[in-house]
Amino acid sequence: MTTAPTLLLRGGLLYGETAADLLLEGGEIAAVGTDLEAPAGAEVIDVDGCVVLPGLVDLHTHLREPGGEEAETVETGTRAAARGGYTAVHAMANTTPTADTAGVVEQIARAGESAGWCTVRPVGAVTVGLAGERLAELDAMASSRARVRVFSDDGKCVHDPVLMRRALEYVKSFDGVIAQHAQDPRLTEGAQMHEGEVSAQLGLAGWPAVAEESVIARDVLLAHHVGSRLHVCHLSTAGSVDIIRWAKQRGIAVTAEVTPHHLLLTDESVRGFDARYKVNPPLRTQADVEAVREGLADGTIDIVATDHAPHPADAKDREWDQAAMGMTGLETALSIVQSTMVDREALSWRDVARVMSETPARIGRDEDQGRPLEAGSPANVLVWDPRPTTVVDPAVHASRSMNSPFTGRELPGRNRLTVHRGRVTVRDGALVEG
Amino acid sequence: MKHMISIADLSREEAIAVLATAEHMAQTQSRSIRKLPTLVGTTVVNLFFEDSTRTRISFEAAAKRLSADVINFSAKGSSVSKGESLKDTALTLQAMGADAVVVRSGSSGAAHLLAHAGWIDQPIVNAGDGAHEHPTQALLDTFTLRRHLRPGEPEAGLDGAHVVIVGDVLHSRVARSNVLLLTLLGARVTLVAPPALVPVGASAWPCEITYDLDEALGQGPDAVMMLRVQRERMVGGGFFPTAGEYSRRYGLSTARAAALPEHTRVMHPGPMNRGFEIAGDVADGPRSVIVEQVSSGVFVRMAVLYHLLATDSREDAR
Repeated sequence: MTTAPTLLLRGGLLYGETAADLLLEGGEIAAVGTDLEAPAGAEVIDVDGCVVLPGLVDLHTHLREPGGEEAETVETGTRAAARGGYTAVHAMANTTPTADTAGVVEQIARAGESAGWCTVRPVGAVTVGLAGERLAELDAMASSRARVRVFSDDGKCVHDPVLMRRALEYVKSFDGVIAQHAQDPRLTEGAQMHEGEVSAQLGLAGWPAVAEESVIARDVLLAHHVGSRLHVCHLSTAGSVDIIRWAKQRGIAVTAEVTPHHLLLTDESVRGFDARYKVNPPLRTQADVEAVREGLADGTIDIVATDHAPHPADAKDREWDQAAMGMTGLETALSIVQSTMVDREALSWRDVARVMSETPARIGRDEDQGRPLEAGSPANVLVWDPRPTTVVDPAVHASRSMNSPFTGRELPGRNRLTVHRGRVTVRDGALVEG
Repeated sequence: MKHMISIADLSREEAIAVLATAEHMAQTQSRSIRKLPTLVGTTVVNLFFEDSTRTRISFEAAAKRLSADVINFSAKGSSVSKGESLKDTALTLQAMGADAVVVRSGSSGAAHLLAHAGWIDQPIVNAGDGAHEHPTQALLDTFTLRRHLRPGEPEAGLDGAHVVIVGDVLHSRVARSNVLLLTLLGARVTLVAPPALVPVGASAWPCEITYDLDEALGQGPDAVMMLRVQRERMVGGGFFPTAGEYSRRYGLSTARAAALPEHTRVMHPGPMNRGFEIAGDVADGPRSVIVEQVSSGVFVRMAVLYHLLATDSREDAR
């Protein structure tokens, strides 16, 4: 491994607030201050006017490897992550084979390590094969070299209440968390889109809000009952925000995430039957979009997670009801958060550091991530220029897949620099080979 | 008009124009030689991913009476059943030189996708897509109804008419297209269905919705359109307890039909579940226009193909 270079980042706005210099040396932040002197051999980079944040952490990424390599690999997915400003991603367990054993999670973690673009933290499956029937060997995954702390059957819901209760209880012994994909399977059989005015008109089978809300309500009560922490994946409805708010007021240890696409898009997008807008949970209504923005702004929703779900073109280029669910998101996430939250003054850049780095790192127990921008912290840093705009073009994305719902949209912000463990992975939007 | 995908794409003027052409087509069909040379040399492909003999032969008859060549491409026993995608099928049809594609699919939006995905340039006619729309069915229903309510008025709408549509609205593309077209032409529409068969979100539709068939029939509507109960689509089940209970509350029985005003017409898009949503003697009775709907179907589909394909029609449009 090459030693990390010495970098002096000159004049960036720490957390978007005060201008300061940041000296990165030996894979750590060596000094923070004004008018720092550049040590001999240091590269000085002028980042005047850019926002400096701790490297972003995604708690919800589908890297597709092993088994889905035509959509994404650990290599391509982590390249995409670095371009998006991420220094760590949590790789979901719905691979083939399922990440439900120590062997598979270690393989994924190793692949991430050798790719070197960001830290890859495997998520372990809650149940064997995501089948929802019996618990996977959670402790074996937690004790493995991959040190798994987040467990999820994402893509499927742990709908059996007894199994969910046992999982919540079991992970307490190693400080794990269950990340629930809240979807009542019976209420969503054959479901194609949000159930409401648009689904009624288009004649597509509805995915009702209550199928999400009822599971979240049950789970917060279960978590309270057994004294465990619970994480709710990709919350998408106004009702879900209300339930989380209620649970937090009662002191229940629940955290919740929202995706960038649920912060911006609505079910109106489905009218053209373009399957790039097909996602699970589905795009909801404008009222839901406003509710999740408000929930993110007031802290009810703890984090933004991408649910980056790459699919090959053939899986999307078909009739709506036969197309795959999911959207890419790593390379557009911060731009969406900037445009929907920061530019509307609903979040500050310091809040962005909290919801996209510090809190996801804390939920995932990533010790080296989301750390303060101060001397002694690991050099996981994002320098973001909020001023330029870019028209989204998946052809220039590092992800192997093209299924971005934001294609053709003009979005604000540009990745000036991603630094992962002291190594520059991205400079001016372009990947820097190690 | 480039395609016929959804009634929602039509203006009132366009809808009236198609109906007027259909009247013209109907007149030609009473002549001794019924075949018109209008579409000589063009090829119409009937691309049917769902079984529907009635709709397919109606389109086939319409195309042939306009002298088009017809290719029937049905999913069963074809490359589609071997896993070929809609996209590949479309590219194949484009390469083979189809001039128009009539498509029936179980997937809502399939016709829209064919028209707009860039796979094929030719006019697309939606012959039913999932539970979304069936625009030519609505046109033929309106055509039939207009002949009874506004005889001899080929430019008329249905202003002031009242139509009651009864049954499985949730799974019905016929209901969706009819609500749009009837209201576009000025009619008042009342939907009647058990609550579980009314789509969540239908309250935004431009019609009234009631769960009480007798109350709706008591208003003395100009027409009652019975929908087929699509039991094969009822994923998850439990929409109503038993066929008997449904039939008692929502079936058009002999007694209910007898209580209707003299002028009320009874319609059904077919195929009927006789004795379930409609009593056999009502379907065959004097107020039924069900068989007439079938012949109207050919005229309306001739008119649609004419508007999309005939050179003079396209020049008129310019």
